[in-house]
Amino acid sequence: MLGYAGTVLYVDLTTGKTRTEKLTEETAKKYVGGIGLGMKLWLSNSKAGVNPLSPENPLVLALGPVSGTMFPTGGNGHAFISKSPATGGVGEAVSHGTFGAELKRAGYDAIVLTGKAEKPVYLWIDDESIQLLDASNICGKSPPETEDAIKDELGDYYVRVASIGLAGEKQSKIANIINEKTRAAGRTGLGAVMGSKNLKAIAVRGTRDITVAKPDVFMDMVREFHERMKGPAVQKYRTLGTVDNISVTNELMCMPTRNYSASHFEKTENINAEVLNERYVAKIIACNSCAMRCEHEALVREGPYKGSLARMEYDNLWALGPNVGVDKLDAIIRAAELCNYYGLDATSTGVAISFLMDCHEKGLLSHDQLENIDPHFGNGEAVVQLVEKIGKREGIGELLADGVKVAAEKIGKNAAELAQHIKGLEVTGYDLRCLKTAALAAAVSFRGADHNRSGAFALDLRGKVDRLKAERGRGKLVKENEDIFALIDSFIICKNARNTLYNELGDLAKLYSAVTGAEVTPQDLSVAGERINTLAKLINTREGLTRNDDTLPWKVMNQPISDDGPVKGSVVTQDELDLMLDDYYQARGWAVEGIPSKEKLKELGLQEFQNIVEA
Amino acid sequence: MVTLHDRKFISADSDKCVGCQICEYACSFSHEKVFNAVKSRIRVVRARQIKNIAVTCRKCQEPACVAACPRDALSQSLETGNIIIDKDQCNGCGWCIEACDYGAMMMHPETKTVYVCDLCQYKPDGPQCVKWCPEEALTVVTSDVLAQKARLSAIKKLFQDKDET
Repeated sequence: MLGYAGTVLYVDLTTGKTRTEKLTEETAKKYVGGIGLGMKLWLSNSKAGVNPLSPENPLVLALGPVSGTMFPTGGNGHAFISKSPATGGVGEAVSHGTFGAELKRAGYDAIVLTGKAEKPVYLWIDDESIQLLDASNICGKSPPETEDAIKDELGDYYVRVASIGLAGEKQSKIANIINEKTRAAGRTGLGAVMGSKNLKAIAVRGTRDITVAKPDVFMDMVREFHERMKGPAVQKYRTLGTVDNISVTNELMCMPTRNYSASHFEKTENINAEVLNERYVAKIIACNSCAMRCEHEALVREGPYKGSLARMEYDNLWALGPNVGVDKLDAIIRAAELCNYYGLDATSTGVAISFLMDCHEKGLLSHDQLENIDPHFGNGEAVVQLVEKIGKREGIGELLADGVKVAAEKIGKNAAELAQHIKGLEVTGYDLRCLKTAALAAAVSFRGADHNRSGAFALDLRGKVDRLKAERGRGKLVKENEDIFALIDSFIICKNARNTLYNELGDLAKLYSAVTGAEVTPQDLSVAGERINTLAKLINTREGLTRNDDTLPWKVMNQPISDDGPVKGSVVTQDELDLMLDDYYQARGWAVEGIPSKEKLKELGLQEFQNIVEA
Repeated sequence: MVTLHDRKFISADSDKCVGCQICEYACSFSHEKVFNAVKSRIRVVRARQIKNIAVTCRKCQEPACVAACPRDALSQSLETGNIIIDKDQCNGCGWCIEACDYGAMMMHPETKTVYVCDLCQYKPDGPQCVKWCPEEALTVVTSDVLAQKARLSAIKKLFQDKDET
């Protein structure tokens, strides 16, 4: 079957031994690729209760069936999958760039990394040649520096590199894996898993041909999607960028500000997309194969942070801006650049800092702990200093480097009430108190607090539902959106481009057939999306997560929005959450405790994992 | 015979180029029916995140690649300025690669002979990279047209600055 390389590479970092296994057509079709295939490989190669930072926890790198082709955004994706040290459940993060295309050309659909190298190493994949090379002289370097150092060492400037920074080396639970300098597999702390294996980087060079089953149909689709990408569907991403959401969420009073102390930021006009683009965006660049190009590179041209360069999106701008009360774009860009420099998830880092500021304001921290940093909301320089501390795990940074859940446990008192996380993963920039579909979606998201598992927030924001109401029916909406998103992350198409899928499942089915030659129907893919979400739930169930973990941060459930306006007083009560959880589990065919039924597993062809639900 | 002034080549506008590499896919697909950047006659360089450009053969006058070939495998078409490669003569020694200032000569991973941009001369609709570039960053130009463009752009900037003051 075309589209797939047909090979899974296994690398045991302890022994240095490698082997390959065939990827069967059945497995490929069933789990599609990306996060679906990655979770299947992780589950089949790990034992229940595995310590996420132990050699026994596999780290899986997986590609999709369209990776390596010319399909816009689809050609370039890759996904990391493992057990998350932050949540204890399934961890996955997708990234784009060129790395995925290169790895596909090297001839692999997935790599399963197990064990732990004796000394720091990097994995050098040069088509069928696999080597573990000494990384002791690149340890401590940032991902961008690591990339340059490896290219120099190998003498090949078209090598693509994914690496961890100091944060990953020090196994920070908010560490990410960065490829091509500015692209990140950001969430769920997978940089720490890579660090725990003494694996500094993965460098790839691939020279093989990628062909598709129906070139004419495929090229017509490429042309069609190029046109769609120039049209209104993704105009926001092409022009102002995702940062434009700052104005949208602020206006709708659903932008968490100062660690959920408010739901809008009064100084938004200083940091909005117009200001960012006019004063800071030096260039908009593209990932491989993408005709949409949305990566806004912001450059600070003057002042104390002169020379700082970072890719700015809604998420990092929110986390390091309104979330910490900062309205100085130069400081925000510097903080974002430092997150990349140390290999930290900018969202989780921003929320860790806002948590610290909140604790400081409430008098939960001693003066000694803070050293000379003044962490009050709005102090941009303190944010910059704190990112450095977290990256280096130094002083107060040590407290924050494993995320807010761990930090709150260390501080004790009532710090847990200020820790904005779900399942141990920090929240993103959508105030869940007044976006109740998004609240349900965040509570049930298998990787913890996140808007990218379903995009359900868009239903609330666009007024497709009454966003202040918790009611039956939201469960089905969340399920349907989750299934589509799981598929998108398994094909690995960029979620920023999802609006170009006018006919979501129909487009994906046509693409799958054009690339692989295997005929699938939209219905087949819909089932695959459901299968992948259920598989994630099976992993979480096996690892001990229960209905109690499908919950919301304390402030979301106990501290109503105080800002004057239409959302004042909004909060999600336990009754509301229970109502929506029951509705969602029912829509999924899961028992009231959120465990998939045996019938459902049979229906989805997941009987091999039946023992998990029987336990 | 084509004169230096009429000789066409593909130029990338670095202000417009976003580094998407679609030209590489279009080139390898049009020439070899596969998607493979290492078989593309045009390559994208991202020197820094904000510095992107695609590079290919500039059809030089008295091309260094031709002069460097010790086996007379390379010649320049008098009609188009294209570099013509005699694959039977080329033994992959790579001297032409070394001689080219633009990195336009490349070694084919399978045939182990060199290959270079031919302006898609057998395609009725011209160079495929130009056709596919979503940013319209690539154009088929002559040196005269390039100079004209540069002058226009310089004058535009000049008056824009004046408008602002």
